[in-house]
Amino acid sequence: MSGAHVNPTRMELTRLKKKLVTAMKGHRLLKDKRDELMRQFLDLVREDMDLRVKVEKGIRSANAEFVLAKAGMSEQTLRTAMLVPKQEVTLEESTRNVMSVSLPVFKYRTRTADQNDIFSYGFAYTSSDLDGAVQSLSDILPDMLRLAEVEKSCQLMASEIEKTRRRVNALEHVIIPETREGIRYITMKLDENERSTQVRLMKVKDMMLQEAHHYQE
Amino acid sequence: MVKIAVMGDYDSIYGFAAIGLSTFPIRDNSAEEGAKILRNLAGNGFGVIYITEELAAVLAGEISRYRSMTAPAIILIPGVRGNTGEGVSSVKKSVEQAVGSDILFSG
Repeated sequence: MSGAHVNPTRMELTRLKKKLVTAMKGHRLLKDKRDELMRQFLDLVREDMDLRVKVEKGIRSANAEFVLAKAGMSEQTLRTAMLVPKQEVTLEESTRNVMSVSLPVFKYRTRTADQNDIFSYGFAYTSSDLDGAVQSLSDILPDMLRLAEVEKSCQLMASEIEKTRRRVNALEHVIIPETREGIRYITMKLDENERSTQVRLMKVKDMMLQEAHHYQE
Repeated sequence: MVKIAVMGDYDSIYGFAAIGLSTFPIRDNSAEEGAKILRNLAGNGFGVIYITEELAAVLAGEISRYRSMTAPAIILIPGVRGNTGEGVSSVKKSVEQAVGSDILFSG
């Protein structure tokens, strides 16, 4: 498997041993990171789903009311009524750090102090269905903002988990076995060299003895 | 300080104007116009963009580009013509990406 050529030297051996220690430490840390991210992700994604179901239901019923409202009045009146909004929502965005993934946290502020100050039209020319529709949308707004926060967090965490998982797998199945293989190769090569040196020395000794004393075993 | 936008066909989103969100109607859910406006919004400090599921279907490529970025958060909402289930499936997609298969909501 080990495709890369390794120099069978002591220096290389030390380097590979250090690399193995780092890789194993990194593997353990990344594995812990993955597990913790996954735990938090599962909690978050459950909340995300609950919120989504709730928000979709709210918007659907508000939409039904809007259709009724539109049926009861002329297009022009409706457009005029919605032309200049009275309320404005702005978000304060901050971030929350979970396992070095920064997740958005939204805090919303409405322009007028009264949150129910939402009707941007006089009541004389519009149908009462419109009031109800606008009110029900306004009720669902906090949940919509929370949904945005949670869903974005889920998306960010999902991609971070995917990345971390790939790293863990690469370390576990590629880097660590390859390094181990390299270390084994170098140790065996060095042992082999040592043995052949020994044999050579013994051979040379024999030859020298024979030459000096015509000594034979 | 970030702003909130709503994109979609006029009938689905005009109500959001009343509660203080900026609405950007896209005529006939045109992909070209939608993509242009979406890019504009993302570059101009809109932190949260709600998009109707119908419009999101034609802008899928653009939207997936913003998935792994910190801002903006793009959230699908049902339009006036009903719910296509696209929003729920985007949550499932997150689970699939993280876990490998959808173990939570497959049932």
